[in-house]
Amino acid sequence: MVTTYILPALVFAAIGLIAGVLLTVCSKVFEVKTDERIEAVNEALPQVNCGSCGFSGCSDYANAIVKNGVPTNLCRPGGKDASEKISAIMGMESMETTAQIAVVRCNGSCENTSNKFKFDGISSCKAAKRFYGGSAACSHGCLGYGDCMTVCSNDAITIENGVARIDRSKCLGCGLCAKACPNQLIVVHDVTNRVDVCCSSTEIGKAVRAVCKTGCIGCKKCERTCEFGAITVENNLAHIDYSKCTSCGKCAENCPVHAIQMCTGTPTAVNLDKAAVAK
Amino acid sequence: MKEMLVILLSAMLVDNFVLSKFMGICAFLGVSKKLDSAVGMGAAVTFVMVCAAIVTYPIYTLILVPMGLTYLKTVAFILIIALFVQIVEMFLKKAVPPLYKALGVFLPLITTNCAVLGATILNIDNEYNLGQSIVNSLGAGLGFTLALIIFSGVRQRVNAANTPEMFKGVPATLIAASIVSVSFMGFSGMFS
Repeated sequence: MVTTYILPALVFAAIGLIAGVLLTVCSKVFEVKTDERIEAVNEALPQVNCGSCGFSGCSDYANAIVKNGVPTNLCRPGGKDASEKISAIMGMESMETTAQIAVVRCNGSCENTSNKFKFDGISSCKAAKRFYGGSAACSHGCLGYGDCMTVCSNDAITIENGVARIDRSKCLGCGLCAKACPNQLIVVHDVTNRVDVCCSSTEIGKAVRAVCKTGCIGCKKCERTCEFGAITVENNLAHIDYSKCTSCGKCAENCPVHAIQMCTGTPTAVNLDKAAVAK
Repeated sequence: MKEMLVILLSAMLVDNFVLSKFMGICAFLGVSKKLDSAVGMGAAVTFVMVCAAIVTYPIYTLILVPMGLTYLKTVAFILIIALFVQIVEMFLKKAVPPLYKALGVFLPLITTNCAVLGATILNIDNEYNLGQSIVNSLGAGLGFTLALIIFSGVRQRVNAANTPEMFKGVPATLIAASIVSVSFMGFSGMFS
């Protein structure tokens, strides 16, 4: 009885006790002091880990907010919600946030442009770009292998008809896609800016025309049309100054090649919210 | 000395725990995605294996054998291993937080990693003395690390390759693992 049941129990109780004491000592030795607020701030962040705040991830940003007093409105995917929550945790006044959205500045779908050759290598824009500047006829255009789609934190990007399309209802404006694009076609700007130049080619008009039906030819018609002086053509490409642009859409109506476009599709509830927040 | 070297090398290469005995596959597949986390995991497992060998040997010979409780060795060994895993976890959390994050759930999983338990039990089954046990566990840990490092390299290549859709991800990884395992069969019979 004693040797069969009690002895093993005693032996294991003793071993367990020693282990417990050892662990208690170790937990004191290796104690890591953490500020409770860091955890709370981290939970308020969306955990996309996009790095658009300038820190290496959500937990790093949370750390910086608590320890270094970094502004609370840097999180783009979190937007106003996150900023308010964090400000509440930190006991500060809520900061102004502007909802952001990514835009692809290329409209080179299969109908509008063509390919120089067939690329058989690794299916990635970066790889394609390294091989004679990519298979697309226009060396500034969307390569269509979906590097942006792969990095997107919210599945907002699809490759449709050879060009990246951003689902405005899903886009969080984190800017991961903008970093991934080897042609720097994607820009992130305020949701309220509804007019975009959907071309990034700085070639002269004739060269653009040769490879793409809808590329900006630098004709300067938009420059003359715009009543607010918001558009300038530099390097054969139209640029919109969003501080002056009122999103009236006249330039888009008058662009002979439809390179300037009003954002398509009605904004969904999510983005209307975002737009309201921005105002 | 020669005997020790034979134990070390055979535990590392001939009877590699992952690739020949197929122990600890969970951690092997889970942590081999990146080289640095593979090295960290290997070091953690090696440390736990050696410490477990040092502590389990006296517990077995001085406590369990005299009391006739050898049938409880598995439970006792798991207890010891869990203790060391906890210590390693605390140490990493304090000293190397990025590694602690990279290892994630696989660190506590060393507790139930059959490679660690297998090493301690094999020490007993092979009737090794304390020195031989330590060397055997060290070899097993180094072998585990070696397998992880080799496989993290293989895996990077596999991920970069344009594999057919049906093989993408886990299937391709498992096939690659089997080929690496076959390559380790080349060591069999080296010390017999």
